[in-house]
Amino acid sequence: MSVLVFTENWDGKFKKLSYELVSYGAKIAEMMNCSVTVLSIGDVAADELKKLGGYGAKKILSVSDANLKNLDNQAYASVIAGLAVREGSKVIILSNNNTGKAVAPRLSVRLKAGIGSGISRLPLSLEPFTVYKRTYSGNAYAQVVIRSEIKILTLAQNSFDIVSTPDNSMVENATVSLDGSLVKTGVTDVQKQTGKILLTDAEIVVSGGRGMKSPDNWGPIVELAGLLGAATACSRPVSDEGWRPHDEHTGQTGKIIAPNLYIAVGISGATQHLAGISSSKYIVAINSDKDAPIFEAAQYGIVGDAMKVLPKLVEAVKEIKK
Amino acid sequence: MKILVCISNVPDTTTKVKFVEGNTKLDTSGIQWVINPWDELSLTRALELKDDAATGVKSVTVAHVGLPASEPTIRKALAIGADDAIRVNAEPADAYFVAAQLAEVVKKEQFDLVMCGIESSDFNGSNVGGMLSEFLEIPSVSAVSSIKVEGGKTVIIREIDGGKESVSVPTPCVVVVQKGIAKEPRIAAMRGIMTARTKPVKVYEPVAVDQLTRVLVFEKPSQRAACKYVDADNPKQLIELLQNEAKVI
Repeated sequence: MSVLVFTENWDGKFKKLSYELVSYGAKIAEMMNCSVTVLSIGDVAADELKKLGGYGAKKILSVSDANLKNLDNQAYASVIAGLAVREGSKVIILSNNNTGKAVAPRLSVRLKAGIGSGISRLPLSLEPFTVYKRTYSGNAYAQVVIRSEIKILTLAQNSFDIVSTPDNSMVENATVSLDGSLVKTGVTDVQKQTGKILLTDAEIVVSGGRGMKSPDNWGPIVELAGLLGAATACSRPVSDEGWRPHDEHTGQTGKIIAPNLYIAVGISGATQHLAGISSSKYIVAINSDKDAPIFEAAQYGIVGDAMKVLPKLVEAVKEIKK
Repeated sequence: MKILVCISNVPDTTTKVKFVEGNTKLDTSGIQWVINPWDELSLTRALELKDDAATGVKSVTVAHVGLPASEPTIRKALAIGADDAIRVNAEPADAYFVAAQLAEVVKKEQFDLVMCGIESSDFNGSNVGGMLSEFLEIPSVSAVSSIKVEGGKTVIIREIDGGKESVSVPTPCVVVVQKGIAKEPRIAAMRGIMTARTKPVKVYEPVAVDQLTRVLVFEKPSQRAACKYVDADNPKQLIELLQNEAKVI
């Protein structure tokens, strides 16, 4: 019996998300009194693979196959399912990011395994296997029982603290018999953002709404984000107007994030926006309307004109960063 | 080319949800049901593709798993412009159940392109589209923000962590769509509302499928502490609180 964790890599490197997954898997393995195996697909150097051992991985399976260079949902699900069966895995953990969402449901059908998706806590119980799940876009949570023999969990990003452990891992280059004809996804072009903190990875996010009045006013938001090592985000009207790029839109139909700190500037806090940010650990609201619903979601608030408050905030942060 | 758009109906996104029967069921009284926002965008994009004669898209069908009470949602999709609809007459028990029912629909009716929204705003699972593709053993592409059809082939852009990829998959396939797929959801015109009444809606009875997950109980999110206000003239105090009290910077 084992817990299997799947992590992708980004140009051969893992990131915090990977270590969150391994730490989470290790904790569940401890609850189940078994060990955690981590599966990496792609070309990753041995010393990078070994890093996973520092978060509780006992066995690290590395699969490198020319057919798996690009994400093909069907092929990835086939490989993960095959190794899960070989490892006797009863719980399989993936990220709730784009890759996890693409692969986990296919894996579910292959293994007839129920899914708990977007999970942010440890299971409430093992018998029956019960997870705590966000529903109604954050307006409610549900205790969900997974009844199948194998369970799949997709873990929400930045929701589980990483735990360092002594490294007792061993790395194994796993060979898989992959039916190459399964691989049907052809990638013709890749465009990557460079030099920018990803919104979904960020621990601090500075976000602007319609209250910023014009795309020309974004300077202090970008400056504040730069000083705090934060990502920038925006509300839906702002991306719809083309003031900011679509990939910055946070909210129900945009990105759903859970940073440690979310600073909302000139955002009124409509239900649809809160649906994307309500899992943030701390929310700061800066808004000229004292009755804006964002203040009900926030722990800290400033009622005032963003154009006047922001420069002072920037100065205050510069002070402490000295 | 025939397109199938899978739709679910969800409470209007501004609904303050409440639960009944010991918090095990949604209180449906007074709820305004709408097409799930991502499914609505997906339908809009499917209709845009059909409008463009160069794509060779001949028809757009919608499929829905639900009891007769969800008929108005289906009629709305027909009013927006879908040609016909299929309803599988069953309570949607969980994602696995719904995907299994939809798979039967696709097997019987044969579609080239199946479009699903990335998640429903009620259960937030992100599972039906991917599961459906695996039941059918056909390719799937997820997190799709753009789809074109050129010379019978799909030209797709999918979001990856920190970027975008242009990909192509052969049909039949399932594409799971998200933000960006269409700008604004298409709205039903009066003529569409009139013709929707006479468009065909086939009803299939469900096949037997195991339910893999079950909701025990719903809970409301825990209340956050009241907001602590800082004077607009002294934002420095906010930074001190974030540093020393919240310890997040």
